[in-house]
Amino acid sequence: MKFFRFDRLAWIFMRVSGFLLIGLIFTHLIVNLMQDGGVKAIDFAFVAGKLANPFWQWFDVTLLWLALIHGSNGMRVVIDDYVYRTGVKRFLLVSLVISTTTLIVLGTLVIFTLDPCPVGSPADLLPSFCPAG
Amino acid sequence: MPELGVVQSFTVTFIVRRFNPETDQEPYWQDFDVDMYSTDRVLDGLHKIKWEQDGSLSFRRSCAHGICGSDAMRINGRNRLACKTLIKDLDISKPVYVEAIKGLPLEKDLIVDMEPFFAAYREVQPFLQSTSTPDKENIQSPEQRARFDDTTKCILCAACTTSCPVFWTDGQYFGPAAIVAAHRFIFDSRDEAAQVRLDILNSKEGVWRCRTTFNCTEACPRGIEITKAISEVKQATISGVRR
Repeated sequence: MKFFRFDRLAWIFMRVSGFLLIGLIFTHLIVNLMQDGGVKAIDFAFVAGKLANPFWQWFDVTLLWLALIHGSNGMRVVIDDYVYRTGVKRFLLVSLVISTTTLIVLGTLVIFTLDPCPVGSPADLLPSFCPAG
Repeated sequence: MPELGVVQSFTVTFIVRRFNPETDQEPYWQDFDVDMYSTDRVLDGLHKIKWEQDGSLSFRRSCAHGICGSDAMRINGRNRLACKTLIKDLDISKPVYVEAIKGLPLEKDLIVDMEPFFAAYREVQPFLQSTSTPDKENIQSPEQRARFDDTTKCILCAACTTSCPVFWTDGQYFGPAAIVAAHRFIFDSRDEAAQVRLDILNSKEGVWRCRTTFNCTEACPRGIEITKAISEVKQATISGVRR
């Protein structure tokens, strides 16, 4: 059905995600760089602490997915507009899909599975706040 | 002191992009000095070149008064009608560059093949479609008429479509003029085929290729708010037609 045309959905997605990203990005910047000691407070413990909180896990995963899909869709449009040779175009589009998918999968894995104190690791590799460290 | 009643004339240099398919491999620039008055238009300059200096210069013009849309060309890098561009509005301390509109196949000098442009125009079905034969007058209120008034002004000169960077790189794109033509009937309360046209424009080469650069609005010699019309068509494919 025409209603679900890819270009139409992509156009709507760009507007909706753009609107959401403004809020998400500024919240991200303010919390990370300005509150509680500002940029100097960022270290492994700060990130590990944030990613232990389900709210920030879902916040970050939303930001990650929206930003990557928004950015890569913009890149798709640029390729569509400026690359004429079919072979080069296909190569660039496939590379774009592969790199975006890889980043989304790795990022999502990190956000949900990060364990700052893995059991059985040598003590000198663990951060100081771990019980074994 | 100049004699009373004598209008001051001055020399304007035109640099015209020439191309003769029978002898030239590539287009080249040629300059002409023309004696002109500030009330003259670029079209008058081209006439003087053709009639007095070089009869082989080729360009289209018909009514010469901004209605027929034949003489759209690129004047100092902007798409304009030669018959509506006054010499007094140009900086004549520098040469005036005149070339054919871009994105359509060049045929000779300032003449391009308009067929791809008209093909896109035909494709959006730019005519009133009504299934029933009314037995009385098909009444339309002034408000309903005003809804699509802006897009009725199009003269099909192709200045908008050939100023569009997406059209330059992708000749498959319908282009602003075809979408304007579709808009004129999509928002007409008497027309019944709005959905057909929206389906045609809701395609890969339809309205979604528009990047809202506003080149078309800037180029339109009729002052149509083209980018706005395209956005209204985009809106209509999402939330339906509001006439």
